[in-house]
Amino acid sequence: MSTAAQQETKWWNGGRSPFNASYGKVMMWYFLMSDAFTFGAFLISYATLRFSLKDWVDSNHVFNAFPFCGHTNLPLAFVSLMTFILIFSSVTMVLAVHEGHKMNRKGVEKYMILTVFGGLAFLSCQAWEWTHLLTGEHFILAANGAIETLNTTVSHNPWGPQASATAAINALQHSSPEVLRSLISEETHTSVESLKGLPLSDLVAKATPIISEGFHIGTAGPVSFGSYFFEITGFHGFHVLSGVVINIVMYIKTLRGDFDKRGHYEMIEKAGLYWHFVDLVWVFVFLCFYLI
Amino acid sequence: MSSEHAVTSPEITFMPEHESGTKKIWRTFWVLSFLTIIELSLGLAIYNIHQAAEPNASLVLFFKGVVCILTLAKAYYIVSIFMHLGDEIRNFIMTILVPLSLFVWFLTAFLIDGTSWKNLRHRYMDKHETEQVAPAATEKGAKD
Repeated sequence: MSTAAQQETKWWNGGRSPFNASYGKVMMWYFLMSDAFTFGAFLISYATLRFSLKDWVDSNHVFNAFPFCGHTNLPLAFVSLMTFILIFSSVTMVLAVHEGHKMNRKGVEKYMILTVFGGLAFLSCQAWEWTHLLTGEHFILAANGAIETLNTTVSHNPWGPQASATAAINALQHSSPEVLRSLISEETHTSVESLKGLPLSDLVAKATPIISEGFHIGTAGPVSFGSYFFEITGFHGFHVLSGVVINIVMYIKTLRGDFDKRGHYEMIEKAGLYWHFVDLVWVFVFLCFYLI
Repeated sequence: MSSEHAVTSPEITFMPEHESGTKKIWRTFWVLSFLTIIELSLGLAIYNIHQAAEPNASLVLFFKGVVCILTLAKAYYIVSIFMHLGDEIRNFIMTILVPLSLFVWFLTAFLIDGTSWKNLRHRYMDKHETEQVAPAATEKGAKD
């Protein structure tokens, strides 16, 4: 007992780190803890709003596209790819830290560049997903009783519950000829130009069978979906971007032999903590936006 | 391999033992991949349940709960092994984990708040909505 008490007083007497970790590493952990609260607050705010609404969006319906696959329905496919990219880049990062402990510069270089590529691959995926949502126009039955096209932005959400076919057909005559032309041309693969001369009644007549044959017209969903999705994935993506920049800096410093001169690779460890945190946050973003 | 390089500052008296092999890292990778694949299959199961005419709400809720628990397991593996928090000394682990327990209150309080909003909306707004819908329906009927 007495030796334990003695050791305890020694720990906090100065001259040594009570946590046996360097100042930089301890502070990196505390920064990450505060960042966890930031992300936690965002996600809990999103959850609160979602709990308060009867209808939310069906994530399997929103995120069902894959690059170069057109309109094929592939729920969860693209986001699984993104998740595995991030898990794998986490593994290469922890391998870089491992090589750093062994003072193996070549190994650190190899795994750092792989981690940077993983981060860039993830960012490219996210850029594609955002573009897909922002540019994808969807036909919805608007509150004014007309059919309109909507994309997914911070203030638009076309992913509300499906409108009934009768309501959609009734709405056709109140819709603008432009919307009807794009609806017909998209579904029958005719050019918009060839429909230019037709009066509204002809366009309605052409569009009616498309809807009665089962073409889905949506409605506007809660606007907060887009705001939360772009805010949280954007904030996470910004973390990934800054993580990639930090990793590139670490890679260059490794190449220049800075850490060999210093005698340890602790900077790689600190950058690694940040990078793993980015992966950790993605695990929760993946849960909250895509799985449940 | 000398241990000198591991000492980054005279204030640090020992470094946790680092395994010489990468076996533990790869094992963690496979555990994370396996958990993710289970999560994805549960996600697809939820998708298929929703395709049915009358989705089984309690089964969906159960699957969502399982997915949440699996996510916490993934978080544990990332923090403990990839971030090496499990190798730090106990006091340090506690200074990070104890503040995070604030999330228990945070999540509980806000989800209860969300549910309360929903109930208030149901009580005051939905009645209002049905009043508005009624004349619209008669209007449609008149047209027919």
